[in-house]
Amino acid sequence: MSAYADSVQDLIDAFARLPGIGPKSAQRIAFHLLKAEPEESRNLASAVTAARERTRFCERCFNISEETLCSICVDPKRDSDLLCVVEEPRDVVAVERTLEFRGRYHVLGGAIDHLQGVGPEQLRIKELLARVGPEETREVVICTNPNLEGEATALYLNRVLDVPGLIVSQIASGLPVGGDLEYADELTLGRALTGRRLIQGEST
Amino acid sequence: MSLYREVAVVLRTYKLAEADRIVVLLTREKGKVRAVAKGVRRTGSKFGSRLEPGSHVELQLRESRGDLELVTQAETVEPHVKSRSDLTRLGHSAALLEAVDQLSQVGKPDPRLHDMLVGGLRVIEDRDPPLVVAAFYLRLLAHEGVSPELDRCVGCGQVVERLYWAPEVGGVRCGPCGGGRNVSPESLSVTRATLGGGLNAVLDLPDSSKTHDVESLASEMLELHIERRLKALRVIHNS
Repeated sequence: MSAYADSVQDLIDAFARLPGIGPKSAQRIAFHLLKAEPEESRNLASAVTAARERTRFCERCFNISEETLCSICVDPKRDSDLLCVVEEPRDVVAVERTLEFRGRYHVLGGAIDHLQGVGPEQLRIKELLARVGPEETREVVICTNPNLEGEATALYLNRVLDVPGLIVSQIASGLPVGGDLEYADELTLGRALTGRRLIQGEST
Repeated sequence: MSLYREVAVVLRTYKLAEADRIVVLLTREKGKVRAVAKGVRRTGSKFGSRLEPGSHVELQLRESRGDLELVTQAETVEPHVKSRSDLTRLGHSAALLEAVDQLSQVGKPDPRLHDMLVGGLRVIEDRDPPLVVAAFYLRLLAHEGVSPELDRCVGCGQVVERLYWAPEVGGVRCGPCGGGRNVSPESLSVTRATLGGGLNAVLDLPDSSKTHDVESLASEMLELHIERRLKALRVIHNS
């Protein structure tokens, strides 16, 4: 039997189910809310409810949106023939923060993961293939995470995006700015060398 | 808490907190070890790609009172560059890692299993033959002491011309004893060669319906042994 009142235990259990929150953190958050002004709890509850009720996936790119199409998909200033493929909606935010990309996005909803049994049929790859032709896409930029699952997804996309006239590129992989060369692992340094950039003279 | 060094293969990883990961390692001397790699998900992490599944690494670990050690240093032993840039190799490596993860146990050192995995990953990196996963599964079953019986009926022990595949009883069975699934004599002979002295010849076989058949025999047998479905193979077949 729990030492807490049922409603308090339910609240702790609800927080403990969230990613990255263990039982101790769940207790701390629950007791913070119980000690704080009732207004704080009401605001939290209404923010969760509103976000859940108002948001949905954009019907075109599967980013999170409050409308049928997200703000990026309806923006006429965006390059409609340039498509950046990412794993999750938060990756859209990461790319947007660079201010370097002016095309549109396609959110796969995950990555191929052999060890977790996530295959291509569980991702929005069919939807991506269905977009490329009708939207007259000129280039698809594969922007998956530089880990094993992201690499597997990029390799699979490269295999299936075999469309005449379509350019398929992948974001560069290499050394992080501010890091030391001596600490770079072989794979990262090898890729940085393979993808080196010409700064003077002609390529041999 | 003391520091120690170990050679290991990373079997799998789990996200932990903001930027950390729990890495599941198959070490040579200590068996399966779970350790925390702090900050490994940050792009500037000193570990880089060294703690990705399939990496063969030499690690410095800090012992802890609980069941999670701490990774303090990591150096690559063998870089598997081709296995990271080819989808088939990547899938085959994952199939090996998944099987070993299911069979290895914390606190039970098994240097032979570690060496088998290192050898299997090396074969995938070097030439990636079609039967590499099936051969590894069959050798793994032999290592566990549960090789399938392929020469005589499991039920009556008779050597008969027509034998059927019945993994639930541990091998082949004759018609009168209950039979099983049809399997070609060629597939049975490749399976025998894998478990006998013909591994190199088996690994030279080109992709064919026979190699698919052998892969299905080996995976069925292993799934029955570990009592769960192998996820990596299903993804390989769908991609």
